[in-house]
This record gives sequence, structure tokens and C-alpha cells, in this order.
Amino acid sequence: MKRLNYRVVIFIAALIFGVVFSIPSLIQSKEGKKITLGLDLQGGLHMLLGVKSDEAIKSRLKSIAGTIKYIMEDNDIVIDDLAVEGDKVTFKVLDSDDIPKAKELLKKELEGVSVLENQGTFTVTLTPKEVARTKKQAIDQAVDTIRNRLDQFGLAEPTVAKQGTDKILVEVPGIKTPADEQRIRELIARAAHLQMMAVDEDRAARVYSMSPAEAKKYGDVILPDVKNPKEKYLLKAIPILDGSMLTDAKVGFDRNNQPVINFKLNGEGAKIFGDFSGKSVGKRMAIVLDNKVYSAPVIRERIGGGSGQISGNFTIDEANDIAIALRSGALLAPVYVMEKRSVGPSMGADSIRQSMIALILGFVLVVIFMVIYYGMAGLVADIALVGNLFLILAVMALFGATLTLPGMAGIVLTVGMAVDANVIINERIRELLHEGASIPKAIEEGYANAFTAIWDANVTTLISAVVLYAYGTGPIKGFALTMSIGILASMLTAILGTHGIYQAFMDKITRDKLNFWFGIKA
Amino acid sequence: MELFRYKKPIDFMGASRKFGIVSLILVLLSWGLIFTKGFNYGIDFAGGTLIQLKYEGEAPLKKIREAMAKSEAFKDATVTYFGSKNEVVIRTKTSSKSVGKDVGDEVRQMLKDTGKFVVRRVDMVGPKIGNELKEKGLMAMVLAILGILIYVSVRFEWRFALASVLALVHDVSIAMGAIILFNVEVNLDILAALLTLLGYSLNDTIIVFDRIREGLQKIKDPDLAGIINESITRTLSRTVLTSLTTFFVVLSLFLFGGEIIYGFSFTMLVGIIVGTYSSIFIASPLLMWLGFDVKAFRAKQAEKLKREKEKEKMRAMYEQGTI
Repeated sequence: MKRLNYRVVIFIAALIFGVVFSIPSLIQSKEGKKITLGLDLQGGLHMLLGVKSDEAIKSRLKSIAGTIKYIMEDNDIVIDDLAVEGDKVTFKVLDSDDIPKAKELLKKELEGVSVLENQGTFTVTLTPKEVARTKKQAIDQAVDTIRNRLDQFGLAEPTVAKQGTDKILVEVPGIKTPADEQRIRELIARAAHLQMMAVDEDRAARVYSMSPAEAKKYGDVILPDVKNPKEKYLLKAIPILDGSMLTDAKVGFDRNNQPVINFKLNGEGAKIFGDFSGKSVGKRMAIVLDNKVYSAPVIRERIGGGSGQISGNFTIDEANDIAIALRSGALLAPVYVMEKRSVGPSMGADSIRQSMIALILGFVLVVIFMVIYYGMAGLVADIALVGNLFLILAVMALFGATLTLPGMAGIVLTVGMAVDANVIINERIRELLHEGASIPKAIEEGYANAFTAIWDANVTTLISAVVLYAYGTGPIKGFALTMSIGILASMLTAILGTHGIYQAFMDKITRDKLNFWFGIKA
Repeated sequence: MELFRYKKPIDFMGASRKFGIVSLILVLLSWGLIFTKGFNYGIDFAGGTLIQLKYEGEAPLKKIREAMAKSEAFKDATVTYFGSKNEVVIRTKTSSKSVGKDVGDEVRQMLKDTGKFVVRRVDMVGPKIGNELKEKGLMAMVLAILGILIYVSVRFEWRFALASVLALVHDVSIAMGAIILFNVEVNLDILAALLTLLGYSLNDTIIVFDRIREGLQKIKDPDLAGIINESITRTLSRTVLTSLTTFFVVLSLFLFGGEIIYGFSFTMLVGIIVGTYSSIFIASPLLMWLGFDVKAFRAKQAEKLKREKEKEKMRAMYEQGTI
């Protein structure tokens, strides 16, 4: 084979590359890189979540208020009217001698805030930089938290990614039942905001007749019981501590063999918890999760060691999900659904089957047509076409690209368009043969003449595919990707590959066999 | 086999006025539809919820509608068969923001007495996202066209660029008109189809333009109509063949790809027909109507060539060290 030139070598290399790397995808083997099926093809849950980052600011201010209360009490500074209002925390220092000390303490203990003081009334606000940082952190943290939760739930390959500046994309493939989906959604949505709050024992008896506005006047909030919404508690609005000081949460069982959640606090939390319980023997402390009271036991003694328990008639699954949520941290800012798509597994299988039928049928039609119309030249184009298909699959597998339904349509369409380059070339060759050019000259010039047309046409198509990829979302991106790969692959297989094949067989192509080779009678 | 063997140029340009008028009418009608009736936006763009159910046996449309009517949130929902009589889709404008609660669950509850079914698909798109997608889609189209304009201007000439983009607008307009006329729901996949169409139809046009560009250099006679006729005739077999193969595949998608890909394949089908027509009958005449001047083009090309040669000469002289 003295005519084995570089074109044939590249083409064969490309073919081997294509076949080798598309095998894992085709036989769905466990090993090797393969194409992931989009959620529309394998079924699953796709959600685009928005983040209410304003809420993160609010809870940040609340936690600042909690810290202020603690450090002032710790330093025997008596304060009053501590409140979180809008975007600021306000309080009064009663003894004017303490004002400089209070200022110093705030400066030392709090970061990212600006403090204003006027005749003993302090106003603490977050700096604009801190507001932006908190919001960004809320989103980043939400991404991490949701990812942690889904990982711990034990599902196959969930995707959690930040989209733009304020959105989160969650994709969970392989959900089998609606109940599972429900659980996953609840797990994602759970704020898991744990708070320990003191019951306002002085006014607790009046809770059922008290309005929320009145409660606010006393610096209290009214929160419902988790199981029985009619039961309400009057609690001090500033929590003793919150879940940010939590280090672990596990499911355990109480004496009646009911599932409970055992949690542990870090050193700071344990200290605050111990100090508070020591001072409040005989009073009640409510364990509040996501603004619902789970239990409000009477404190019998100082609780050291920093561990506690949440009980609340859970099922095992519930307890487990809450523990996961607590462990992976609270959502600083609640999330809401902007877009949700869920596809059942049977639906995905149907979609694959149908588009496969269409793909194979269209493919077979094109292959047969090309052979009928061009003879051997048609077969050569068909070989390029098959090579092209394998290359698309291989490149997609290597990139770990996701194959979606529109992506499949993209492949189908590429099949139709990929033969175009060879059609242009063949037509040019035929034209030159009709004009009486010699066979080698017709082939060489045919390729040369066709080249600019193929180049310009493909580059313009590529431009629109790239724009599509940059601006498209989800399925459109998949489509643009397969199209771009298809175009590039067809340039390689159809221009380089087929050219090499002709050169290799140049000896065999003779004028009396033109009908066999190019489907024409010269 | 040979369908079109070149013998002599076919006089496409002679009939260009007639085709131009037909196209103008079609485009204006399409725009009329776009501005009066408007698109039937699906949930991707309008926001709302789509729920697809598959019943065991025929879906009891009447029962489903009755059950829906009882609910406040779903009383305006539309229920239609989807592909077969076993499957239905329910469309509503409602969407839920809560992550924990789900419209799909509500529907499951509501319809539990209507027969045995599985929920195959629940799509919910909030209104904000819908608008964002619309803006992005439009942006993508504009940018793609801009990119094409620039590339073709550089590689050909500005009139070629303008003519190819006008032909694109022509194709996309008519495809949009057909989408409205046949009441196809406009979702993301339709947008994808329109953008593909952009690439496809452009592909077709560029191949013809490439031949014209070649003809401008080879054919002595400076008669533009003649050059165009010759070029179109010579590319005719390629245009028809490629359109045919693409048409085969899209047709098989349309016929066997199932309901879910119907909108996409329909749009592509229309697009291929219109795109092929326009690259033969519209794009090249546009070149003429835009006042493309063969002599001026040749003069410019000659000038360019001369300048290049001079540069070459200068370079050669520099390299030899003499000026």
C-alpha cells in the first residue's frame, strides 16, 4: 500500500478514536468516560432555585443581636430595648458610665458593622460591603448546604451548581417515585434553622389572647407547636443560640423507642447553653426548628457538655432527614423554585426509543440514497458519515457532555447535513469529469474547488451554534454542542477522510468504471 | 444516477420578480400573524405548569376536567390528549414557588379517582424565568445574525452579507408564520429549531454565493444575472440533494420521533423547504436588488490583488536588502 498517505492515516486514527471512546457509552459499561443522559432521557428532577438573600441579612442581624445580648450580659452592662428593626439592630445602655466600654466591646467582638451611638442608644448596621458579602455567602452556602444534603441522602450523582449570581441549579437523576421526589424537595427546602429560645414565663399565660404586635412590644414572638398549630408559645425574640453553633446531629431513640435527634454544640455554644441553663432553672426553654416549636422542656439543672435532644413524634425518615439537614447546616437564606422539571423514568425511556427509531430510520434512508445516487462515491460518503457519528459520540463522552432530547435531534440533523460536504465534492468531481478532465485531476480539483464553499458554510453554521451554546440554557446548550461537534467532525471525515480514500484507490478508478465509482456516464 | 445534469444555465433571474412578490407576500402575512395573533407561548416562555399523565387505557378527559373544575387553582387548566388517547397533558398558568409543595402532587391527589395513571412529566416555569429565556433567545438570534453578517462581509462583500441575512429573515419569518398558523406551542425546542434553521438556511445560501463569487472571477461576461443563473444551475443538484437528505431525516423525526419532538421537527420541516426555496430563488436576486456591481467588484478585486502584489514586491525587496 504505497498510497497510504497522511489523510488515510488521520482518518483511520480518527475512526479508531471514535469507536474506542464511544464504546463505553454504547454498551453502557461502568468503566470509562461515557455520555451522561440528560434528565429528559433518563428521568429525574431538575430545579432552578432562587435565593432570598435578603433573609440572610435578617438572620445575620438577629444573630448579631444575640451576640450583643450575650457579651453585654457577660460584662455586666445592663441593656434594654434590644431589637432588630429593618436593617439595623438597636439597643439602649442604661448606665451612661458603661457607654465607652460598650462601644469598645462592640468594636472588638463584631465585624463588618458600623455602630452609631446617641445618648446611650446604639444603632448597629451592616456596612454595604458586608451586606454584599453576606448575600454572596448566603448563595454559596446554600449551594454547599444543598449539595451536602443531597450527597448524604445517598442518590446517584446529583448536580448542584450556582447559576449566574443568584440562582442555583439542582439536578437529581434517577428518581423512581413521586414520594422520593417529595422527600428530596423537602430536604432541599428545609431551612434547618435551629434556635434555642427562652419562654417568656412572665406573660406566657396570656399567649392565647395576645396579638403578634403586642408580643413584639415586649420583645417576644409567638410561635406555634409543630404537631398542634393551636398550641402556641410566647418566646423571647432574641434566641439564646442558633444552629450555627451546632457541630453534629444524629438520629437516636428515647425511652419509648421513639426516634429523636441528638445534637452537639461547639465550645462557644456549649458555654452559652450552660450559662443560660444554669441561670434559668425552673423555666422553660423551647427548641425551635424553622420557626416551629418542637419541645419546650423545663430546665431542671445546668446543662453542660453542650448536647441536647429534639423530640417530636417523628417517623424514622423524618428524623433522618431533619438530622441530615441540621448536620449540613442551615440555609442562611430560604430558596424558592423558579423552574422545575421532573420527568418520570418511563417517559425518558420512551423518548430514547422514539428518537432512536427516528435516528436509525433517517440514517438508513440517507445511506441507501447516497449509494443509489453516487455509487461507490456514495459509499465513501457513507463511511465518512458513520465515522462522523462515532466521533460525535466519542467527543461527547470525553467531555462528559450530557445527551438531551434536543441533543439527539441535533445528531439526527447532523446526519442529514454531514453528507452535504461530500455531496458538494461529488458534484464538483462529476462536473469536472463531464468537462473531460482526467480522473486524478477531477478528484484533486473537485476537492480544491469545493473547499471554500464547505469552509465558509461550516464556519457560518458554527458561528450560530457557538452563539446558541453561549446563550442557550439546558437543552439548547446540548443541541448546540452536538451540532458544533458534528460540524467539526464532518469537516475532518468528509474533507480529509474521503479525499484520502480516493487517493488510495486512484489506480482502481478508470474511465470505463465511472458509473460504478461516481454514478455517472461520462 | 443523475437528476440534474448541467447543460445550460436555467433562467432563474428572469422569474425573480414573481418569486420576490410571492416571498414578500408570505413574509408580510407571517408578520401580520406575528403581530395580530401572536405566538402560542408554552410554559417555557409564558410560565406556568405542564403535567403529563399516562393512563392505563383511555384517559377519561371528561372526568379529569370535572375534577379540575372543582379546584380554585386548576379551574382554568386545559386538558388535552397528547400523542395517544392514553396520555393527556394538563396546562395551567399556576406555578408554585415553594420547594416543598408541588403542583404535581396536588394533581395526583385531585385525580386519584379518575383511574389508574402515572405522572410522566411535570414542568413548572416561573414567570421571571420565562421572560429571561425569551430575552436570552432573542439575544442569541440577534448575536448569531450579527456574527454571520460580519463573517460574510469579510469573506465576501457587504451586499452578500446583507442578502444572506435578509434571506435568513425571510426564512425565519415564514417558519414563524407557519408555527402560528398551525398553532404550534412555542417552547425552548422551537427556539432551538429556529436557530438551527438559521444555520441550515445560511449554509445553503453560502454554497450558492460561493459559486457566484467563483463565477465573478471566471466568467468574462459582466452580466450579473447571467453569472447568478449559471451559479445557481451548477449548484442546483447539490442544493436539492442535501435538502432531500436532510428532509428525509427530519421527516423521520416528524413521523416517528413522537409527540415531544413534534414542534421541533415541524419547524425544521417548514424551514428546510423555505430555506431551500430561498437560497435558489430569493438570496441571489437580493444581491441584484441591492445593486451589486460586477465591474466595481472586479475593479476592487484587481486593486486588492495589485496591492498584494506590490506588498509582495516590497517584501521581496526588503528581504534582498534593497529599496
